[in-house]
Amino acid sequence: MRLDPRISQGIAKTVLWTFTGLTLVLLIFIIANISVKGLPQVTPTFLFGQPHDMGRAGGIFPTIVATIYITLLAILLASPLGVGTAIYLTEYTREGWATRFIRFGAECLAGVPSIILGLFGFVLFVLKLGFGWSVLSGGLTLAIMILPIIIRTSEEAIKAVPAEYRQVCYSLGLSQWQAITRVVLPSALPGITTGIMLSVGRSIGETAVLLFTAGASLRTPVTMFDSGRTMAVHFYILAREGLSMPNAYGTAAILMVSILLINLIAYTLMQRLIKRYS
Amino acid sequence: MSREKFVERTLFLLALSSLSSLLLITIFIFIEGLPLILETGLGNFLASSHWAPTKGHFGILAMIISSVLVTLGAMVVGVPFGLACAISLAEFSPPRLKMVLKPTLELLAGIPSVVYGFLGVLWLVPLIRDYLGGPGLSLLAGAIILGVMILPTVISISIDALDAVPDTYRDGSIALGATRWQTVRRVVLPAASSGIITAVILAMGRAIGETMAVIMVAGNALKIPHSVLDPVRTLTSNIALELGYASGRHREALFATGIVLFVIIMILNLSATFLTRRR
Repeated sequence: MRLDPRISQGIAKTVLWTFTGLTLVLLIFIIANISVKGLPQVTPTFLFGQPHDMGRAGGIFPTIVATIYITLLAILLASPLGVGTAIYLTEYTREGWATRFIRFGAECLAGVPSIILGLFGFVLFVLKLGFGWSVLSGGLTLAIMILPIIIRTSEEAIKAVPAEYRQVCYSLGLSQWQAITRVVLPSALPGITTGIMLSVGRSIGETAVLLFTAGASLRTPVTMFDSGRTMAVHFYILAREGLSMPNAYGTAAILMVSILLINLIAYTLMQRLIKRYS
Repeated sequence: MSREKFVERTLFLLALSSLSSLLLITIFIFIEGLPLILETGLGNFLASSHWAPTKGHFGILAMIISSVLVTLGAMVVGVPFGLACAISLAEFSPPRLKMVLKPTLELLAGIPSVVYGFLGVLWLVPLIRDYLGGPGLSLLAGAIILGVMILPTVISISIDALDAVPDTYRDGSIALGATRWQTVRRVVLPAASSGIITAVILAMGRAIGETMAVIMVAGNALKIPHSVLDPVRTLTSNIALELGYASGRHREALFATGIVLFVIIMILNLSATFLTRRR
């Protein structure tokens, strides 16, 4: 006997929305659990205090410094490369084998898992180039990890700038590079910022790469050659060795809340850009 | 050389950065790992499950099997949920709701893998231990956590694939008297199938390459699992667990493990790229 199409549609919809609902419940559970147990731990002394006894007590100040230091370095290294690539792909070439090759490289790089990047950073930066476990090695390896994200979002942002903008520039006698720096890039800036913010989010949450390139020293890094333990690595060590549940939850809460906020702002920026040009 | 020409050359060099990074990664991983594979013999390396690196035994079969099983398990958990979310959002929800739900679900991608691992240890592992038996840290726990972690990949790529199906297809089907669900099942899903397959392949790549969450929940025992409740050690966990103290041939063996992982993931990515291009 065949089921009435309207009944089967009803069943299908119920199943689909149940699955979607469960997924949402899971997301809410994750965020709520970490926030409820973690945020009460976040006090000024936790944020700005030195850790004691391997992180069992005290604050997480050095890990915050290390996180910002390494992330900043990675962004400073990757942004010019990524935005430059995006400008080249969108403004200077026709679609052809060269663009396809470059895009293919970026896509493959995006698929390389972080543990492989960790192995690579470890052998090249830590050992061969002699940077040791350091902020520099970590920043360099992270830069490679976020490069594809910056390329992709910048490309989208630059493509979203209407062609008329460029034509007006040329009609006024501007060169191509002048048109790009004075008109195209400023218009695409919100989109490019989105890419950079998403990269910050990825960098803050990354563990596998940094465990083998930046090390796990709990001292506040000063020079680029100092080892630094980021918040994510600190959280991993606290959780895995069962050193301190409250501190683990506190660190996780700061990590998660900052990443979610960054992603949310990045998303809003991109939406605004899309709305402006469509 | 004119300024314009100079700018173009410079940008071209910048554009080569991702390709050259990829090349460097490949070269260094192979330089470090290949000698050991050649010495041990590819057959021995891949087909033996005797891993005692300090005694000169380098067989990674158990880890390959574990990685494959955990990844397949993650697909079984993650693909139905991800696909259901994608279909609900793309086909059955008003634009307003979709505008809110899509970015919300994508937040899952922002949560760091260590947080997933941590929650897995606190909530999932005890549940498995108490209700299903075994140590709790298991193949099953790894598969479920990875299944959740691949959701954002499956959801966002599938939604893009469904959105790319022209509305004329839907209108045609509805005009013939089909219900929306019949339209989705018979017209939209087949039309979007290559995109959805791409989503699944990319998700597989993510799952097999994931490290930290798996280390935390899968138990890391060095043997071929006989049940989903057995603890397992994947290729990625093996590298991450031992790299910290390995030296000499042992370290080379970890890079060799990396080569195997790298090759598997490149094959997955290449097939995804190929599929997208054909579309």
